[in-house]
Amino acid sequence: MSTRTVLHEADIARALTRISHEILESNRGPDGLVILGIPTRGVALANRIATLISEFSGTVVPVGALDVTMYRDDLHRNPTRAPQPTSIPAGGIDGAVVVLVDDVLFSGRSIRAALDAIQDIGRPAAVRLATLVDRGHRQLPIRPDFVGKNLPSSSDERVNVRLAEVDGEEFVTIQGADS
Amino acid sequence: MRHLLDTKTLSRADALEILDVAEDMADTQQREVKKLPTLRGKTVVNLFFEDSTRTRISFEAAAKRLSADVINFSAKGSSLSKGESLQDTAQTLQAMGADAVVIRHGASGASRTLATSGWITAGVVNAGDGTHEHPTQALLDAFTIRKRRFGGGSRGRDLSGVKVTIVGDILHSRVARSNVWLLDTLGAEVTLVAPPTLVPQDVSAWPARVIFDLDDAVAAEPDALMVLRIQLERMNAAYFPTEREYSRRWGLDARRLEVLPPGSMVMHPGPMNRGLEISAEAADSPRSTVLDQVTNGVSVRMAVLYLLLAGERAGGPANDEREDAS
Repeated sequence: MSTRTVLHEADIARALTRISHEILESNRGPDGLVILGIPTRGVALANRIATLISEFSGTVVPVGALDVTMYRDDLHRNPTRAPQPTSIPAGGIDGAVVVLVDDVLFSGRSIRAALDAIQDIGRPAAVRLATLVDRGHRQLPIRPDFVGKNLPSSSDERVNVRLAEVDGEEFVTIQGADS
Repeated sequence: MRHLLDTKTLSRADALEILDVAEDMADTQQREVKKLPTLRGKTVVNLFFEDSTRTRISFEAAAKRLSADVINFSAKGSSLSKGESLQDTAQTLQAMGADAVVIRHGASGASRTLATSGWITAGVVNAGDGTHEHPTQALLDAFTIRKRRFGGGSRGRDLSGVKVTIVGDILHSRVARSNVWLLDTLGAEVTLVAPPTLVPQDVSAWPARVIFDLDDAVAAEPDALMVLRIQLERMNAAYFPTEREYSRRWGLDARRLEVLPPGSMVMHPGPMNRGLEISAEAADSPRSTVLDQVTNGVSVRMAVLYLLLAGERAGGPANDEREDAS
């Protein structure tokens, strides 16, 4: 079994710092930003990014969680999943620039579900996508705007993201198919 | 979860899962677009052998909010009133491709018969069977109690130490039975209050205290006082002398409402007989949860339909590992 650590704690911190700067740069400041994390680990990442953006810009950015379970297209193919809480910031998302945050971007189906969920909540001016790891193998025409690390991988490898808030440890590993 | 037939055999984990998913469903009902695409292409049949408006429209709303197709099948004006057997009706629904059947029937145990007969492969939800159980009502009552008591911190909590008093016709009430089992599973302390003629014979085996005086029950300061409807249609014997006497001794009138602590909630499954078991003062007071119960009923039934229908047919525990691979 071959397991390789591709990001350590410091790498994750650097990637999130860069992503936060990139978000500020492309949005020309913090105005109108709403950061929404996709549970479970996307929420932890979204909170960190929002904190970093607030530090860099001196403005508090609204942050929330967007559960996409009930919008997935594979519900009937898998055991029942318990939905996670969704929390939308009090100001809503109408007219805002929503930055979706997820840990791993793979097929793109979670993001498709997230776009549907957003549509039911309001009408943002734009939706952007930030992901800690992009491992390719997209099945839908979806691409990330902000990427922590591009990780070319075989589709039968496994990418595991572990974050302090959720798992009590912090690293990203890739696990070979032979395991 | 394959079926929801009763609360007596419902585990604490399953009950909490339903209540927690119902929290998420309730959140989605605050949105601009209340409809979710979750159960697109699934068919839910409401099979009602007994009259019911509230429960049927609540299930109908729940199924429609999840984008399921709903077929309403009620006894009046259908083949059911022509004497078709439950088996033939069930097989007809199976042939139509029903994914879930919500059944209300006058006979206790009808839903279990339907679920275990092998006539259908659909999931079965008991929406009231005779004087046996009405599990979704108990779940929405528990949800309402939890929400009023713990507010935003409700998720994952049970009802440990919460004192719930149920007053009224315990003998004929499936709502009371479902509530007693579920509240006990969730750790609440249950007290039943009724005229001696309306207490079931086997009540000593229930996880509940039985008293006969409502004033004593109110003085004990329950966290929730649940008033049951006097089911005049089931009153085929002289259980109490007159309605006025019942109202005076076991009705929640303005005087008893005064004595009840300000934090206690007043619950009623509806429809209410105002002036009989509950006074207008009690029904319309801010302590009354009657309308919350209706709203929560839709969320809880959405949760039940979701848990029954959304996953693959084999069922099994959710696999969180998949999250990373998606």
